[in-house]
Amino acid sequence: MRSFSYERAASPGAAAAAAASTANAKFIAGGTNLLDLMKLEIETPAHLIDVNDLALDRIEETADGGLRIGALVRNTELAADARVRRDYGVLSRALLAGASGQLRNKATTAGNLLQRTRCPYFYDTNLPCNKRKPGSGCAAIGGFGRQHAVVGASEACIATHPSDMAVAMRVLDAVVETVRPDGTTRSIPIAELHRLPGDSPEIETVLQPGELITAVVLPRPVGGTQAYRKVRDRASYAFALVSVAAIVQPDGTGRVALGGVAHKPWRVEAADAELPRGAKAVTARLLGDAKPTKDNAYKLPLAERTLAAVLRDPRA
Amino acid sequence: MQISGRLELSRRHLLIVGAASLAASSIATPLPAAAQPARTGAPVMTRVSFDVNGETHQLELDTRTTLLDALREHLHLTGTKKGCDHGQCGACTVIVDGRRINSCLTLAVMHQGDEITTIEGLGTPDGLHPLQAAFVEHDGYQCGYCTPGQICSAVAVLAEVKAGIPSHVTADLNAPVRLTNAELRERMSGNICRCGAYSNIAEAISEVAGRSA
Repeated sequence: MRSFSYERAASPGAAAAAAASTANAKFIAGGTNLLDLMKLEIETPAHLIDVNDLALDRIEETADGGLRIGALVRNTELAADARVRRDYGVLSRALLAGASGQLRNKATTAGNLLQRTRCPYFYDTNLPCNKRKPGSGCAAIGGFGRQHAVVGASEACIATHPSDMAVAMRVLDAVVETVRPDGTTRSIPIAELHRLPGDSPEIETVLQPGELITAVVLPRPVGGTQAYRKVRDRASYAFALVSVAAIVQPDGTGRVALGGVAHKPWRVEAADAELPRGAKAVTARLLGDAKPTKDNAYKLPLAERTLAAVLRDPRA
Repeated sequence: MQISGRLELSRRHLLIVGAASLAASSIATPLPAAAQPARTGAPVMTRVSFDVNGETHQLELDTRTTLLDALREHLHLTGTKKGCDHGQCGACTVIVDGRRINSCLTLAVMHQGDEITTIEGLGTPDGLHPLQAAFVEHDGYQCGYCTPGQICSAVAVLAEVKAGIPSHVTADLNAPVRLTNAELRERMSGNICRCGAYSNIAEAISEVAGRSA
């Protein structure tokens, strides 16, 4: 690990200002992804700004009946919150499908959204990776690619976003609140937070340098039956090969988002309208532009069948 | 010579197979856990104090020091183990302010004022914690390297169930949680036992859970 200086920020605005005015600075909250990458020198910050004192660890009801989730609310607390369990079951389910008990106790709401989009070649510092070293090439393309993206990928990067929570946030139309180094705030719909890789896969979100997530807001509950089903190589503590977040209303309408298939949580609003026609119609729209390889082509039928299973038994 | 050559070939084959399975691993960390020296920049020292097993400690540490290394290398509490050093194996599990965490994936300097419990704080050789006694009784280990992490994790799991925190396998999110075998196995999935003592570990935890229920 490279050496770094360290400070504890006293306010969100001060944290954002410090991050913008200090060379090569990074925020640290739970630290479970950042420290993992710093040990491998994939991340090499010269300065860490610890944001854990910022009192952003509360879940509050909003004026219009939704929830404002503080950026520092731990994944365990968010999944266990009675309001989330009752009104946003897909979010509890997604959180509980991710990582391990130890990691969920540390990982924060904002940190979960900002964990690196990654693949095994990103971690292998002996091989080229445009995300780790822009312009060096992509070892995953033509490599061992059964975990990689089938849709929205580019010639530069085929990694998938690993978060389960973010897929549920996407299907719930969550909004991310931030503070910028100049003290101004803004709201970013979750759909716009993460970028597709294009020719700059090292830039994963639309956040500006120093911009700090302070909260994630859930709109008022939409009801329906909510489910998150994750298919993986082992029963627990593994990334998704494919996951489905779904909210299905009694009349058969609803919303669907997929995890494990793209560089970001994957939802196509036009596909939601196909729900009454079944899983095949939905996935045809969701994955119509897919360009799978022979290694990961299995993800297309897997997504369709996983959605079919969810629609047959949404509570599972 | 010929035998040696054939051995090399098969070793090479093994390495190739090994690399492929690493690439396939869903949480990939192809590098070994060995600590690497910093290549640039002078160490930055900082002070931190926290309680470990009821005793306050003040330390001056390189900012890079993980909580795990502070416990083992500076406080000489070597019960907490370093396995993968990347949060995948759970051998380093300790309880901080009542929550189990991977001590390898957190910086010591981030724990100012925290209360940390390690395996040394749960019981003593003459006064074992009920879970320590149950692991002995049920032979919940073989080499024992993962055991301190398993026990710290299990102590926290029982508290999490008592607090009504649901898991991936909880059938009804809005009903009380019961510690079934499936619940226990799901909740302990962040603790790997390379010897495969899982069934005995599950029996040890179930026995204590049943007793305290």
